[in-house]
Amino acid sequence: MSLATTKTSKIDRLAELTAKKETSSGASLWREAFRRLRGSKMAIIGAVVIAAFVVVAIVGPWLAPYSPTAQTWRGEVLANQGEFVGARGENWFGLDHLGRDMFSRMLVGARQTLLVGVVSMLIGLVLGALVGAVSGAAATLGGRAGQRLDDVVMRVTDIMLALPSLLLAVSIAAVLGQSLTTVMIAVGVVQIPIFARLLRGSMLAQGGKDYVLAARSLGIRKRRIVLTQIMPNSLSPVIVQATLSLATAIIEAAALSYLGLGNPDPAIPEWGVMLSQAQRFFDNAPMMSMYPAVAIIITALGFTLLGEAMREALDPKLRG
Amino acid sequence: MAGRTRIRIPYHPYHPYSYNTRKKGARGVLRLVVRRLLQLIPTLLGLSVLLFLWLNRLPGGPASAILGERATEAEVARINRALGLDQPLHVQYGRFLKRIVELDLGTSTQTGQPVWDEFVLRFPATVELSLAAILIAVAVGIPLGYLAARRRGGWLDVAAVSGSLVGICIPVFFLALILKGVFAVNLGLFPTFGRLTTGVDATSVTGFAVLDGVLTGEFDASWDAVMHLVLPALALSSIPLAVIVRMTRASVLEVLGEDYVRTAESKGLERRTVRGRHILRNALLPVVTAVGLLTGSLLSGAVLTESVFSFGGIGSFIRTAIDARDYPVLVGFIMFIAMVYVLINLLVDLAYSVIDPRVRVH
Repeated sequence: MSLATTKTSKIDRLAELTAKKETSSGASLWREAFRRLRGSKMAIIGAVVIAAFVVVAIVGPWLAPYSPTAQTWRGEVLANQGEFVGARGENWFGLDHLGRDMFSRMLVGARQTLLVGVVSMLIGLVLGALVGAVSGAAATLGGRAGQRLDDVVMRVTDIMLALPSLLLAVSIAAVLGQSLTTVMIAVGVVQIPIFARLLRGSMLAQGGKDYVLAARSLGIRKRRIVLTQIMPNSLSPVIVQATLSLATAIIEAAALSYLGLGNPDPAIPEWGVMLSQAQRFFDNAPMMSMYPAVAIIITALGFTLLGEAMREALDPKLRG
Repeated sequence: MAGRTRIRIPYHPYHPYSYNTRKKGARGVLRLVVRRLLQLIPTLLGLSVLLFLWLNRLPGGPASAILGERATEAEVARINRALGLDQPLHVQYGRFLKRIVELDLGTSTQTGQPVWDEFVLRFPATVELSLAAILIAVAVGIPLGYLAARRRGGWLDVAAVSGSLVGICIPVFFLALILKGVFAVNLGLFPTFGRLTTGVDATSVTGFAVLDGVLTGEFDASWDAVMHLVLPALALSSIPLAVIVRMTRASVLEVLGEDYVRTAESKGLERRTVRGRHILRNALLPVVTAVGLLTGSLLSGAVLTESVFSFGGIGSFIRTAIDARDYPVLVGFIMFIAMVYVLINLLVDLAYSVIDPRVRVH
């Protein structure tokens, strides 16, 4: 190895080091995370899947070749139980047990599924973040009384977490009756303690940082420190969790449908309900379950991939 | 800044570092146990309030559940008086609480048996299933996660990571249906439902079908029970397996970067020693916590898996209780499950103090 190359490589290394210093400065955390996100294969696949899902959810009803409720009563539909589903000419995905076009129902159903996922995630996120923020703020800057409040709030979330999520959802659904709104509320409520704990924990971790101490010694008001300093720095795990919980919400909603607590209205197709109805015919017509199930899995996978990629991009341990 | 630096570990109910178990040795552990058992009380009290309010908010109420839809008002009033439902709320709650403490939770509207008896009858099945699922998840997940981390970027790693992502995204009941459809119905390798084949002569001693067979020497019954367990346990293990693989992998990767691992390797220690003492011992700590926290999702999954395979545990009973609006069973079972969940996490904390040298107990 000649002297010249070692020298240039040293300079390169130096440039690398200085460049690193610049990008990892606090101000560009989000920008850097975004840059890393763009470079991640997982994130791109996830984003493409989600984008496709959202497009189908929006334009699906116009693309559907048939009405999702129109029943084609063909001879063979009932004559041979095993044959009501199968790709044949005009019905791409075949017909379901009531002679309705599966392909159209899948397209139309995407919207309901997206709605269930987004609404229940928002219920969990908004209420959970509210609880978590109050608790976290009280614990970090509220003094002794604040810590007591935090203790009480965390006890309550403990109680909620001590229940298997499905049972909690079932209990809620039992009170509210059988409908799509019920499913959304039940799935959303289950997420509240998770979001609350996450934001609180993240705020507590931030509360001990030097910049908070600096802000306090400057005499900045506590409310302002919480809102402008601690909160913005604590939000990233919550955003990651929100993406991930879209996936769990869709899966949990399907599970609730399977337990017979889903949307009873057959006019509004939804993947989870379709899957739970189809499973009765699983032995004869497995494809009828397969379409909604695969759609649910792929969608959930999209959200999970993006969420995991975001988690990696935002992880301070992996930065630099 | 001068003075002592105080490291503050954020409070977490299941995190043993939140308690000082380190200095006091065995007494520290005892204190941890007592403290956690005491913490159980407010949790269960809160839960009982929630369940009580829930019972009160239910549409229809017990009177219409007992009498059916076409009950006259006089009949409803009579039932309500008999059940004490005309009393003020706090009085009703007091009685509700007293009954819970006495384990007298009423009778199942489906079978007419006391709720506690129903629970005791079915609990072993669910424990057996959950244990089998966790066993599969740990036995496969930890080695897989370790190998994936060691061969980062290799095909095994890619397969393990993508497999675990898919595993999380498959609805448990759908996986159960597929397994049942393929391996039980089509290939006929495994039974399709239940815990034992009807006609197999099995003596029940403990209620755990596999264990009973071994205890009584009826090994054919034991084997039959194992065959019945395979598919439901596989389905149920999907989520814990995925979580354990991912956690082990991430945790091992983190430990691999530590100086002490490099030191140990450069000292020329045997690979096995480094793996066991330096890598796994440190990397498995978060995994152990995760196993404890997975119990909740395991019980949720059990409701779904058991009902697909009509397994006869608390899961499938809850499923039928939902359909039949069997509220005494739902309330009682939810209460018991929450208790079991908290107790399991206590055990996990204790296991933690055994494997973590920093909270070593003498």
